[in-house]
Amino acid sequence: MGDKTMTADEAVSALASGMTVGIGGWGSRRKPMALVRAVLRAGIGDLTVVSYGGPDVGMLAAAGRIRKLVAAFTTLDSIPLEPHYRAARERGAFELMEVDEAMFMWGLRAAANRLPFLPVRAGIGSDVMRVNPELRTVDSPYEDGETFVAMPALRLDAALVHVNRADRRGNGIYLGPDPYFDDLFCAAADRAYVSCERIVDTAELTKGADAGPQSLLIKRHTVTGVVEAPNGAHFTSCAPDYGRDEAFQRLYAGAPWPEFANRFLGGDEHAYRSAVRAWQREQERGQGEEGTS
Amino acid sequence: MSAPGGAAAAPTRAEYCVIACAEAWRDAGEVLASPMGGVIPSVGARLARLTFAPDLLLTDGEALLVDADGTIEGWLPYRQHLELVGGGRRHVMMGASQIDRFGNQNIACIGDWAVPRRQLLGVRGAPVNTLNNPTSYWIPKHSRRVFVERVDMVCGVGYDRAARHPGTARFHRIPRVVSDLGVLDFATPDHAMRLASLHPGVSVEQVREATGFALVVPPEVPRTREPTAGELRLIREVIDPAGARDREVPDRAGV
Repeated sequence: MGDKTMTADEAVSALASGMTVGIGGWGSRRKPMALVRAVLRAGIGDLTVVSYGGPDVGMLAAAGRIRKLVAAFTTLDSIPLEPHYRAARERGAFELMEVDEAMFMWGLRAAANRLPFLPVRAGIGSDVMRVNPELRTVDSPYEDGETFVAMPALRLDAALVHVNRADRRGNGIYLGPDPYFDDLFCAAADRAYVSCERIVDTAELTKGADAGPQSLLIKRHTVTGVVEAPNGAHFTSCAPDYGRDEAFQRLYAGAPWPEFANRFLGGDEHAYRSAVRAWQREQERGQGEEGTS
Repeated sequence: MSAPGGAAAAPTRAEYCVIACAEAWRDAGEVLASPMGGVIPSVGARLARLTFAPDLLLTDGEALLVDADGTIEGWLPYRQHLELVGGGRRHVMMGASQIDRFGNQNIACIGDWAVPRRQLLGVRGAPVNTLNNPTSYWIPKHSRRVFVERVDMVCGVGYDRAARHPGTARFHRIPRVVSDLGVLDFATPDHAMRLASLHPGVSVEQVREATGFALVVPPEVPRTREPTAGELRLIREVIDPAGARDREVPDRAGV
């Protein structure tokens, strides 16, 4: 059985500028941030990014790596509007294919099923049709004759997802409340890279009380590489291992991008963790001083 | 009017808003109530569930279906939630950055979509919601910035556009729009927005002044109904003891 483990930098070295890359998670939840940070380091750009957008989109947009975005929203959840994404949009920094959340899902399903499109009752009557003039409709061939949007397959060159545990073969389990669409991203992609909090033996995957076999979300036949990335979703949530780092997310949202990037994204993942810890110690000291003064 | 003095203070504006939101789910049956536009729709959905709409399904805001007291009764991850929309067993209450006289709603951006003056949330699920299940709206601050002649980006489909697609839009319905000033609906021959009730303390003129298009105003506009003593107790002591509703809609009833 193939051992697919690799480092984040090795995974990202298989990507190239101009590719279509799907990113798992949802908003500011279980985003493969260690892999996104590796993409930022690798200098890959001109990407078509497909995402239920959160800070993954915000960072890649701020860094000028996105040529085209396919999304229904971009949000930090507890901070509804993603400030870096917003700034990039307001300067017209990239092309946008703005579709509805359900259209997006059916586009991934079409890609995973090798279908050119799937019919969706969404978009018609809205300006989604105006801003995506390439979207086509399809009429039901049955008696009802209803017209649907023919949502095109969102086929991906590569997918990046983050789960709680994975084995070396590429089987991945999520332990939080929602799988989001990570299995679909992997199935819709030519190559999928799964980062995880911890690599464990296959037998260990389903050992925990909250780890029934139905939580085995990612199947190895869809996976090219497995990356062990503890805290790899930081600062987004990765329940039950950790919640969202709200304080750090506020810092990210409030800081000018160059300042944030210089301080936290200049080095590798190890350097990132050290920089975050240093910032956290500063905050604790600051609070301690306030408390005693 | 409620009696002055006594243990229970008079209802605040926020509490009338809660009642008006809760009423959206009356007689809805065994469907998912999806309050998304703010605190007050959430309080309203839980109030409806605890009183006159006991069959409603509620979520914890993430992937769980829960009783009003938080007991888990089901699992609804996003993938199932989006398919439940297609099945239609849901009544969502969304927010709106802009809404027009036919109920076209915008939460995506202000200005030209290509390079917006202000990027907002994005279309989210508004296109699929409005074609598949009843969609109501909650506007915490009724103003001409929100109630506009023309929205910049149609996310949620309004009645005029739905009428152009009678087959695809056969499940389209906007039961109500609740604002901090009153309740609006589309019960007019051409489905233009109509003032359905005024919250106590609000005048027709105030609503007209805060609306950027000509609103249909019937000769007699009723008042939003009073909360019962039991409902007030539930709102204040059980559902929202911290008073988050009053931060969303500050009390202007006495002004």
